Amino acid sequence: MKCGVVVFPGSNCDHDVYHVLGHVLEQEVVFLWHGEENLQGCDLVVLPGGFSYGDYLRGGALAAVSPVMAAVRRHAEAGGLVLGICNGFQILLESGLLPGAMRRNDGLRFICRDVFLRVERDDLPFTRGYRAGQVVRLPIAHSEGNYEDSATALAELEAGGRVAFRYVSPAGELNAAWNPNGSAHAIAGVVNQEGNVLGMMPHPERAAEQILGNIDGLDLFAAVVGRAASAAGALG
Amino acid sequence: MRVRVIVYPRREILDPQGKAIRDALERLGFAAVESVRAGKSFELEIKSDEKGEGVRPRVEAMCEKLLANTVVEDYEISILEAADEEEP
Repeated sequence: MKCGVVVFPGSNCDHDVYHVLGHVLEQEVVFLWHGEENLQGCDLVVLPGGFSYGDYLRGGALAAVSPVMAAVRRHAEAGGLVLGICNGFQILLESGLLPGAMRRNDGLRFICRDVFLRVERDDLPFTRGYRAGQVVRLPIAHSEGNYEDSATALAELEAGGRVAFRYVSPAGELNAAWNPNGSAHAIAGVVNQEGNVLGMMPHPERAAEQILGNIDGLDLFAAVVGRAASAAGALG
Repeated sequence: MRVRVIVYPRREILDPQGKAIRDALERLGFAAVESVRAGKSFELEIKSDEKGEGVRPRVEAMCEKLLANTVVEDYEISILEAADEEEP
């Protein structure tokens, strides 16, 4: 599968994603510059984490109107796969490709630690490597991951089964104490209606090799490129 | 002409930053402050043939498309002056 990792000024997880896709999963990967409108025929486009445009205005707001995002929008509308991680998720929200918005975390702190997530959907291209209800552990690293939308919009999101990941306790229970940032409905990741665009705050690329002590994130990338994670994980 | 846009969190949405500022004001003895909403202010110098209120629809479009995230923020537009007329 040909994969593209978009590089905005201020992206800082671009090389991590490139490493997982290119070296761990041995896929063809290219970097896509934010000023280009050409996705070079990529099947999967990843918007990586970081601080695009220095988080000026709002996280993801300026990246959302960059030239590359016009191409990403066309790709998404044609059914192409788009994965936004952390700041990439914020960009998807700001561009309207996914619903909702991020506020500052409750408590106003930048939070960098592992969290537990319940996989809510296992029928998505991104989550086929998991079982619905499975609890995985992934790191988060953000100040603005407090997901919010109107009550009506949240109800629609739930009714459509569009919550992909939720912050839970290690036992998989919803519990405010295990919701790190105050997100509405403990939402950590959402998909569009068609299921080809996923945004998530946690960083699967930081937990995708044995040497890092956690490969819970590898299943996501392996599923999306159609490779068995067990074989790839051994590379670490 | 000069236009000011103020963007702030919507009233029905909890503003963690505003709450922290309110709590700090309380610690400083300003207990009468019941709530704070922390927002942003933009001053735009706009080249325009339109005078005064004529520019408002365009500024509204800027707010909807970029300056505010209307999922969680509201905005207010003030037309400050017709700077074009004052230029020598």
